Amino acid sequence: MTELTNLTVAQIRDGHRAGDFSAVEVAEAFSANVADAKALNAFIVETPEHALSAAKAADADRAAGTLKPLSGVPIGMKDLFCTHGVQTTAASHMLEGFVPRYESTVSQKLWDAGAGMLGKLNLDQFAMGSSNETSYFGNVISPWKRKDGGNAALAPGGSSGGSSTAIAARLCPAATGTDTGGSIRQPAAFTGISGIKPTYGRCSRWGIVAFASSLDQAGPMARDVRDCAIMLENMAGFDPKDATSLDMAVPNWEAALSSDLKGKTVGIPKEYRLEGIDPDIDAMWDAGIAMLKDAGATVVEISLPHTKYALPAYYIIAPAEASSNLARYDGVRYGLRDLPEGAGLQDMYASTRADGFGAEVKRRIMIGTYVLSAGFYDAYYTQAQKVRTLIARDFEQAFTSCEVILAPTAPSAAFGLGEKMADPLAMYLNDVFAVPASLAGLPAMSVPAALNREGLPLGLQIIGKAFDEQGVLDAGLAIEERAGFTARAEKWW
Amino acid sequence: MSDYRIKGETGEWEVVIGLEVHAQITTNAKLFSGAATAFGAEPNTQVSLVDAAMPGMLPVPNRECIRQAVRTGMAIEAQINTWSRFDRKNYFYADLPQGYQISQLYHPLVGEGSITVEADEKAGIPEPKVIGVERIHVEQDAGKLMHDQHPTMSYVDLNRSGVALMEIVSKPDMRSPAEAGAYVRKLRAILRYVGSCDGNMEEGSMRADVNVSVRKPGDEFGTRTETKNVNSVRFVMAVIEGEAKRQVELIESGGTVVQETRLYDPDRGETRSMRSKEDAHDYRYFPDPDLLPLELDDAFLAECRESLPELPDAKRDRYLALGISPYNADVLTAEVEAARWFDTLLDAGAKPVAAANWVTSELFGALNRMGRDLTDSPVSPQQAAELLGLVADGTISGTIAKTVFEKMLESGDGAGAIVERDGLKQTSDTGAIEAEIAKILTANADKVEQYKGGKEALFGFFVGQTMKAMQGKANPQVVNELLKKALG
Amino acid sequence: MTIDQATVRKIASLARIAISDAEAAAMEGELNGILGWVEQLGEVDVTGVEPMTAVIPNVLRLRDDVIDADPLTGGGRRDDVLANAPAAMHGFFGVPKVIE
Repeated sequence: MTELTNLTVAQIRDGHRAGDFSAVEVAEAFSANVADAKALNAFIVETPEHALSAAKAADADRAAGTLKPLSGVPIGMKDLFCTHGVQTTAASHMLEGFVPRYESTVSQKLWDAGAGMLGKLNLDQFAMGSSNETSYFGNVISPWKRKDGGNAALAPGGSSGGSSTAIAARLCPAATGTDTGGSIRQPAAFTGISGIKPTYGRCSRWGIVAFASSLDQAGPMARDVRDCAIMLENMAGFDPKDATSLDMAVPNWEAALSSDLKGKTVGIPKEYRLEGIDPDIDAMWDAGIAMLKDAGATVVEISLPHTKYALPAYYIIAPAEASSNLARYDGVRYGLRDLPEGAGLQDMYASTRADGFGAEVKRRIMIGTYVLSAGFYDAYYTQAQKVRTLIARDFEQAFTSCEVILAPTAPSAAFGLGEKMADPLAMYLNDVFAVPASLAGLPAMSVPAALNREGLPLGLQIIGKAFDEQGVLDAGLAIEERAGFTARAEKWW
Repeated sequence: MSDYRIKGETGEWEVVIGLEVHAQITTNAKLFSGAATAFGAEPNTQVSLVDAAMPGMLPVPNRECIRQAVRTGMAIEAQINTWSRFDRKNYFYADLPQGYQISQLYHPLVGEGSITVEADEKAGIPEPKVIGVERIHVEQDAGKLMHDQHPTMSYVDLNRSGVALMEIVSKPDMRSPAEAGAYVRKLRAILRYVGSCDGNMEEGSMRADVNVSVRKPGDEFGTRTETKNVNSVRFVMAVIEGEAKRQVELIESGGTVVQETRLYDPDRGETRSMRSKEDAHDYRYFPDPDLLPLELDDAFLAECRESLPELPDAKRDRYLALGISPYNADVLTAEVEAARWFDTLLDAGAKPVAAANWVTSELFGALNRMGRDLTDSPVSPQQAAELLGLVADGTISGTIAKTVFEKMLESGDGAGAIVERDGLKQTSDTGAIEAEIAKILTANADKVEQYKGGKEALFGFFVGQTMKAMQGKANPQVVNELLKKALG
Repeated sequence: MTIDQATVRKIASLARIAISDAEAAAMEGELNGILGWVEQLGEVDVTGVEPMTAVIPNVLRLRDDVIDADPLTGGGRRDDVLANAPAAMHGFFGVPKVIE
């Protein structure tokens, strides 16, 4: 029998349904892998008992003929989703020990669909980072190594770095991620897996620790496109508790999957051809264009003229929202309290927040506070929101001549841990291709497309029209089928 | 124009007043959560995960809060903005769990409107005055801090956190404590008519931030101070008086007024600077990204308008047209309960002028004695209409009516039944009256002489004696006529 | 626009984050680097452009005025609300004494 931990979500679901194996066997196999992979530091909390109990229920449901869509599938949960009775930290010292008495809408939907939880996955602190180096609970290490004979520890991408590593290392078949400015797509690209950020509003934000409300969107990460479709179907859906939730039916994305792109037009944004970019990235992109043509699509060049302003606009809007969203961490109602001897309330705030937030979180709160402060609001925040309108318009215009857009997910393969930590700006630039779709709220996914000359995975990004996750998944599937990406990290941990 | 002036050493000063009234919107649930809003609950029992700002919690606005604010705006004939937004006002305080208050700065729900205060000669308001309202916006209330429970700790109760408030911002149009007092009373009456706020200042469901500055008449506005959370009309007036005096003395002694937040201490009758709010204010307002713009459609607006009751000004005009005196019209429209009671009385067939006189004197007098108010009046409007009807159709006299009313209050019985039972019907039996008159004139022959000698004032004496002899049941008009005849 | 250390301290104070002199010095450089970079937005001609209000066309839904319709957004769960409090006292959250 194939090793259970090599199975995809679809294979586990179908195999369990067929009686090829029990859900308990699956849960135990993955939990064993989790327990064996401490060196990757992908999990902040392991919850084998949760996975096991869901597995037992799945086995009982199979016996009773009441199987659910994800019965028997254990998954990883990014530690940004509040989970009832299980510590939820957002990878911060601030929330260390915080045990919610409520369950996020998305995780609740997954449990209701029969999934079990293997544990809470590490991430960049409050989802702020692109390398998983800002976690209070330590770096997540990518399972991938460069084939240069060296042994440099590589970044799994961020902020959903625990999710990407866990899937790439076969610690779980799928996981939740959240994407504010590329936090699903970039780590997926860095670790050779797939991930989709749906249209803003598809997945409820209720119970997800907020980073930047107008950008945050949950989505699945998994080994292939089909698994992303299955997961997303069980994460998405209208939630009256989130005022920005889309009141739309959830399509049967998996059932409708089709890699036949005849009659479809794919746009190639000329502004994404950056000067001096890694030739491997360009080569992968060109190969991707060829694959989509092969799948029957027509390819046209399009223009997204305000692309270069997306990243600076993002680095005003996201920190501004974050500076306000993170004001609730004040040591009064939950989380860390640092009360120096004789301190008053305001001192307690300052001390608690100094101690509870990491350097990157503080940096973004500071930027956000500054750009919203008296006298600067219009010059920074209002201007950025106007530019955001222009960026959204660019996409609207582009989508008059194509159905989906193809671009690289990131400008490089995974970089080494520590390589970019000294320079925040260099780190931010890694999200250059991911951020525009976030600002426009559009569905976008990354699929693994190639290995670079160092043997590291590279991802292609497909951006779709609002609500057209199907178009994105279909184009992703067309690439997946043609790229034949089967490489996986050799186990060293 | 108000001639209220503060007399300083350098001359007379005019006081300029603007009020920001926070009115708790009458709803079952909070502005952005489903937690209850009832007053007086155990601490933190009316707090949802949303109100406590737990991680990942999100606001969803309560339709009723929006509806009531819109209806209030319509009641003061204000601009209703069909596109508005919620903004975050960011600051740190222990009663503010989110670290920001969801409010409306840039695009409030309600724009400019106005409130007219009636003339009140005695209070120095010689003619009705229109006070401009700048805006009404909807926002969250904060929680409550208790300082006296523990030697080194303050306690936080979040029951109020997230309760919906309307902030009703006046223009700096008031010029005397009396005008400000009249404005608050009128606003309170309107809110209670509309049903958008119960106006209960003791329980904090209505409170005012009082902005005061002084200037020499004709000069530019001076620097203002803002005294927070003043919770009675009397205190509002006291704050203005005290603060205006303080500012004048300060300026005249060479100082300058600092724009600051102050707190009123009712025990000492003075305001003081609030240390805790000394922080340079930089609220970093920006649109709340958890909420979309609020767009109101025509059907929503139509329902708001159609559900508005007759408002105090319109009601007052209607009463005046019915011949009711301006004083009575003011008294009857000042409180929505009185107006509703009176309208029911009219609907039950009572004659307006007589009914107004009776309610404002007899009924209010009786209630006052009993320490009750209209909402628990022992006499219903229907019962009162019956009583007034008996007077109007001549069945009983006004004097007997007082007796009947007393009996009604005691027994709860109907006026008709009491009149019947106690034989209080008025009589127009000329024979019986003439017989009594004859006896009285005989017994008071001396007074008859004096009357005939020109002392006409004695006529009243004969009327009184006759009425007394008839046990009050004689028809006064008939008595008058017969007496005139008998006295020649 | 460049910011100095005094401004850094002022922002930190507004954000209620205690910082040391060394941190203020380090942040001065970092923040100026980032702010200098985002200032390129000033080049964009935004004449007649409205700031974005809703990234995906959607209307703000309103909730019915019903108490505790959904326990997840309703009250009456004091134990849950206080469960993680650093200082829960007699049903209240305790904080260092505040002088108003």
